[in-house]
Amino acid sequence: MDILLAIAIMALGAVVLGAALGYASIKFKVEGDPLVDKIDAILPQTQCGQCGFPGCKPYAEAIAKGEVDINLCPPGGMEGVQRLADLLGREVKPLDAEEKPKQIAIIDENTCIGCTLCIQACPVDAIVGAAKQMHTIIAGQCTGCELCLPPCPVECIRMEAIGENIDNWKWKYPVVEIKAADAARPAIKEAA
Amino acid sequence: MLHQLFTFKGGVKPPTNKTQSVTLPIAAAPLPSRLIVPLHQSIGGTPRPVVQAGDKVRKGQLIGEADGWISAAVHAPTSGTVRAVAMQPQPHPSGLDALSVVIEPDGRDEWIDRQPFDYANATPDDTRRYLQQSGVVGLGGAVFPTHGKLTASRSVAMDELIINGAECEPYITCDDLLMRERAADIVRGIGIFRDLLQPKRVLIGIEDNKPEAAAAIRAAVAELGENFEVVSVPTRYPAGGAKQLIRVLTGKEVPAAKRSTDLGVQCFNVATAYTAWRAIAYGEPVVSRIVTVTGNVHAPRNYEALIGTPMNELLALAQPHPDTDGTVMGGPMMGFLVPTPDVPVVKATNCLIAHADRLFPPKAPEMPCIRCGACADACPHELQPFELYWHARAKNFGKTQQYHIFDCIECGCCSFVCPSRIPLVQYFRFAKSEIWAREREKNAADEAKTRFEFKQFREEREKAEKAEKLAKAAAAQAAKKAAEAAAAAAADSSPAAPVEAAVDPTQAAKKAAIEAAMARAKAQREAAQPKNTDTLNPQQAEELAAIEARRQAAGLTDAAAGAAAVDTTREAKTEE
Repeated sequence: MDILLAIAIMALGAVVLGAALGYASIKFKVEGDPLVDKIDAILPQTQCGQCGFPGCKPYAEAIAKGEVDINLCPPGGMEGVQRLADLLGREVKPLDAEEKPKQIAIIDENTCIGCTLCIQACPVDAIVGAAKQMHTIIAGQCTGCELCLPPCPVECIRMEAIGENIDNWKWKYPVVEIKAADAARPAIKEAA
Repeated sequence: MLHQLFTFKGGVKPPTNKTQSVTLPIAAAPLPSRLIVPLHQSIGGTPRPVVQAGDKVRKGQLIGEADGWISAAVHAPTSGTVRAVAMQPQPHPSGLDALSVVIEPDGRDEWIDRQPFDYANATPDDTRRYLQQSGVVGLGGAVFPTHGKLTASRSVAMDELIINGAECEPYITCDDLLMRERAADIVRGIGIFRDLLQPKRVLIGIEDNKPEAAAAIRAAVAELGENFEVVSVPTRYPAGGAKQLIRVLTGKEVPAAKRSTDLGVQCFNVATAYTAWRAIAYGEPVVSRIVTVTGNVHAPRNYEALIGTPMNELLALAQPHPDTDGTVMGGPMMGFLVPTPDVPVVKATNCLIAHADRLFPPKAPEMPCIRCGACADACPHELQPFELYWHARAKNFGKTQQYHIFDCIECGCCSFVCPSRIPLVQYFRFAKSEIWAREREKNAADEAKTRFEFKQFREEREKAEKAEKLAKAAAAQAAKKAAEAAAAAAADSSPAAPVEAAVDPTQAAKKAAIEAAMARAKAQREAAQPKNTDTLNPQQAEELAAIEARRQAAGLTDAAAGAAAVDTTREAKTEE
């Protein structure tokens, strides 16, 4: 009798807890894969397709599934690989392509024939223009993905690296210069 | 009147070195050989150039138009010819170029038609806009557009207006001399700020090592019948920092990520008040400023220099010693060595120090941090510089933000007291600019993502709309066909049909034309029958027949005929 009671109590407990878990799994269901979002947040969102996927999100999904390496994103650079490795606990690998400086596309407005092919190719709608009207790039929105280059029939789009200017200049990491004792006066000194 | 003073924590007392440059009155610097006026001289948007190479300009003429509300106009400092609007080296630690207007003076120094601003009849908004157009910015060093600070907070009553005459940084005496010599105009300028902000009281804070300046301001206040309080504050670096001065004078501590306006306090530099008055009472925009020229020179002195004067020409007036090897813009605590000697004086240039190893011996190499905590004692913002240093050095930027790196005002007290001579401020600047760069990148990525997602959404929507349109058109076609069939059936059974035809002869003519065109097309198609169907073996013929039957079944032959008809009508039209 005792044993039956014990079994009944345990069974009742199992039912109650199971119901609670089942309810919670419906009530607190997480929409989408949070890991994909985390990976997607690290990717640079250039939507360039250089990783072989049609956009950053599909690549993030593939990484989350463990199907592909984390070193396929050239715009993200080595820093992106490092951050993905930190997030996923994977090994850091050298980038699978050359790391390029940040660049933007520039349309040569004298040669543009207004065919709108680049407008259709731009993944972030950063090109303004209309049929038979000159096109131009909104520099602030251009991600430098190069997707507008191949469709242009007159090759009037070129990529230009974004140089350093006063607005995006960064203070350098302080480096201790080691010099020979009789070396010339250091070029840069502390003011104080 | 005795004013109760508070103290701020930390701070240092470096040798002030101010006496050298206060012996002589302010002198007007002669016209330089050329003027390089950078367009971006204040916080905020870069002004748009409104002149081009070859233009003749007069002193005070607008050359750069303010871009947005937080931005201030830029004016020609003298009359002459614009030689170029081009990239020029800047007085900036990066040594990079920025867009500047290069003016060759004609020597006449001819003003524009100066009109005093009708201040008495202007609305506060008009006054603010006028100050923006006159290029009035904070001359204490931060060059924040003044009009942007002249709006009181809506939710908090404006308690105190603080005028900063502390000038705590060693060597610099430009505000001291300005207060001594032009106190009345400063006090009148403060009056304008007072009118716009309506504070309960006005406090003018002056460090107690400048008794002459304090006396001059007191006299001017009494003479003009104002009720401003002139308060001597203890000399301690950085008492002239806005947050420190607010703390000393009012006891209010401005919390992180809040502005002093939120506490009902606003702070302006004395030179800013002076330029505001010049703009309003004389119609003179900001085209010059007082610059202390000192350091390794024979004759240290304060000069009223035109904005855009090459620094080497200004420095030459004070006769630098031959061992001078560089120019520091700003004071020895927060200043920096300019990249090339001929960069221009800008609105932020309060002091030029001729640099020599004799005055500023090169720092011994950096040693490891010994965790003595001296930097934390010296920090006027009660930060923990050593913690910030660890994390900045390790490039652990998230941690530096947890330790409030953005509260750091880069005053240099921590580097000054560090027994291991660690350039702490450089680490903090490095960390700050890295964090800003990341933020910029993150924002750009987020924007790209939303734009990409919207483009995808738009393409989907367009596809759906197109499909819907096609479906609608197909449905309409079907309905029409059904209606026609019904009408034909009705015509067969009723005598109304001939009446209809009679009623609409044009339609009948059209129908006839279409029928004729179709007949022509049929004839043409028959004429253009493929020649390879003449000699067929029975098997091929059988296959062909089967295909033909299938086409018939699918109703394709009719459609083909219809298409051909349309083609021929079109041809006919072009022939016409």
